[in-house]
Amino acid sequence: MDLDPVLLARIQFAFTIIWHIIFPAFTIGLSAYIATLCVIWMRTGKDHYRQLARFWTKIFAVSFAMGVVSGIVLSYQFGTNWSRYSAVLGNVVGPMIGYEVEAAFFLEATFLGVLLFGWDRMPPWLHTLAALAVAGGTLLSAFWILSANSWMQTPVGYEMRDGIAFPIDWLTIVFNPSFPYRLAHMVTAAYLTTSFVVLAVGARFILAGTHLEHGRTMLRMAVGFAAVVAPLQLFIGDRHGLNTLEHQPLKIAAMEAHWDGSRPGELVLFAWPDESAEVNRFAVTIPHGASLVLTHSWDGLFPGLTSVPPSDRPPVKPPFFAFRIMVGIGMLMILTGLTGVWLWWRGRLFNTRWFLWPAQYIWWIGFVAVICGWIVTETGRQPWVAHGVLRTADAVSPVAAGSVVTTLVLFVLVYGIVGSLGLYYINRLIMRGPDGAAIEPPGAGTPPWPSATGRGTFGEPA
Amino acid sequence: METYLPVIWAAIIGLAVAMYVILDGFDLGIGILFPFAETDRERDQMMNSVAPFWDGNETWLVLGGAGMMVAFPLAYSIILPALYLPVIIMLLALVFRGVAFEFRWIGVTSKPHWTFAFAAGSALAAFCQGLILGGMIEGIKVENRAFAGSAFDWATPFGVLCGLGLVAGYGLLGATWLVMKTEGRVAEHARTEAKLLLLAVLAFMAIVSLWTPLAFERIAVRWFSLPNILFFWWVPAATALVAFALWRWLETGHEVLPFLATIALFLLGYLGLLISNFPYLVPPSLTIWQTAAAPSTQVFMLMGTLVLLPIILGYMIFVYWIFGGKLREGEGYH
Repeated sequence: MDLDPVLLARIQFAFTIIWHIIFPAFTIGLSAYIATLCVIWMRTGKDHYRQLARFWTKIFAVSFAMGVVSGIVLSYQFGTNWSRYSAVLGNVVGPMIGYEVEAAFFLEATFLGVLLFGWDRMPPWLHTLAALAVAGGTLLSAFWILSANSWMQTPVGYEMRDGIAFPIDWLTIVFNPSFPYRLAHMVTAAYLTTSFVVLAVGARFILAGTHLEHGRTMLRMAVGFAAVVAPLQLFIGDRHGLNTLEHQPLKIAAMEAHWDGSRPGELVLFAWPDESAEVNRFAVTIPHGASLVLTHSWDGLFPGLTSVPPSDRPPVKPPFFAFRIMVGIGMLMILTGLTGVWLWWRGRLFNTRWFLWPAQYIWWIGFVAVICGWIVTETGRQPWVAHGVLRTADAVSPVAAGSVVTTLVLFVLVYGIVGSLGLYYINRLIMRGPDGAAIEPPGAGTPPWPSATGRGTFGEPA
Repeated sequence: METYLPVIWAAIIGLAVAMYVILDGFDLGIGILFPFAETDRERDQMMNSVAPFWDGNETWLVLGGAGMMVAFPLAYSIILPALYLPVIIMLLALVFRGVAFEFRWIGVTSKPHWTFAFAAGSALAAFCQGLILGGMIEGIKVENRAFAGSAFDWATPFGVLCGLGLVAGYGLLGATWLVMKTEGRVAEHARTEAKLLLLAVLAFMAIVSLWTPLAFERIAVRWFSLPNILFFWWVPAATALVAFALWRWLETGHEVLPFLATIALFLLGYLGLLISNFPYLVPPSLTIWQTAAAPSTQVFMLMGTLVLLPIILGYMIFVYWIFGGKLREGEGYH
């Protein structure tokens, strides 16, 4: 059997990184939400904010654990599977990853212990500070890792000597052209993703008639947030797309399935892009639509896929379809947020069944949008791992295909087990609700909180 | 500058690896000792004693890896493909035992499974780390600045020896941690286990100390040639002294000193390995200077590291202080 080591390494990396991104996308938003709840609790003194913060902290712990362990895997895969990438680009990309670890990883990981287990051991302000430290840590983490990724999309501030990249200007490297857009787009996406989980859980509580006060608070916060931020995300995404058109026009061409750059682009609503024939089959289009969106003019031209030989083109189907799913979900988010706020204004948010019933099931839409967004940007960068600098095929490790297949199977097995059980356990924590037993007490009848007896206001036994 | 920078970076990464081995060592050790606990309550107590710390501890592993990618990208790009299978299996084992910290408390019927996952994952991760260490000491085949060996070069008796040695060593760290942090049956039990593990660790250290100079001439020359032997003789002597003190302190009921002595034992072993292999980062062919990143890269990262590393150490100490003191039976942070 002849296995392509590059393809195998790509499948393995795609699998592990897609699995990983689910958790940061959730924990970036959730840590900010928990910190917000802690701050509101301190300012208002209303206990149900503290209960909510505590409730979400348990869920955060499970997600964060899965994010950490899968993130450690990634930090080593740059070497195990992509050693040529590290040898060629390590001088430039390395410090961004290094700064992520030093500035962010440690902050999050260390203060997570405080956030999880410190409820009864420290004053509220210190606990709130730990929540803010974790939220800030996740943001810093996003800052550095997106800087590294953006440099791979829009590499600047370096020079090549003997086939190795050397840094020239660090400020230019870190703040490379696509970085601000990608950072804004991803952080907003993470916040939106979390707000839809909160929305779904709130709707679920209200429909079930349990934890009503908590459910209402969550629902109000989530629809209010979505109504403002989902439209904002549409704007940010548009700016991001225009930036991509400037620096990676072929990615845009693949997203729009735009083959012929000598004619104005149609807005392809649906099609089956046929890469070998270089046409779109079953296409439903709006003539001149893509030209209007991308160039703001009726007859505006932008590069098509056929402007380069097939070996220099990205694959078309993954960015094309993933982009449509992402935008569709974005529209659904805007619609949900605005509808929710309208119902809230009419005083009907908590008893409109046609809104609440579907809302309880849409917790996953943000995750799918985030994954699709990453599929767009990563497959759209191909055949390059660092655009114009290093081809993906030249970045792979000299590792036997058999080893990569073996570990790929192990990754699928382990991540499959851990991921499905993690989801199951999170669901279970949600069902227990904010005032239910936190976690099974160790052994029967033992008090699970160490100093619950001492500090009345703070240590509420589970 | 180009002479000193790689040395500074080797010191930083050396620190990160030492921090990792000691800190994650004791919490991996808790997992290694899991099968020997008598009841589930004891296991709960053992796990609770490390629950607030494990995540921060494991982050040193990321710093070790990422630090090497930043400062010695060539070494990173050779070592990891060479040790591909043990590295990835170690990471997968860490996945299992890491999520077990959370999952074990939520699942009721599945608790025994997560107990097993925690124990097996911890032991397997430690064993793989030993294989990695053994594989590096034995040397990596390099051609044209890339790994040129085969997939199972690391699978040797020496690698297995290092693997078992590290399992015993982490077990010892875990046991002395429990002596320090817990009370009652768990602490008593740990004290007995610590003595047995100490004997095992000393046996492994002795075998490695004899095996490496016999098998690798560069290591024999490093230790036994003049004047080197005059500089280094105190390392084995100090190791023997620390081991003796550790045994005594375990016998006489000390609670904190055994853990500190175990750390000293680890540091001495680590120092011995450094003496054997410095300045090779990819033994036996590439040194820290040959694998170093561009000076500009090392300087850029060093500026941040000099600020951030003390801060990291500061808030780590703060967290250990918050969760200081003994964990009584039946208590938990969960």
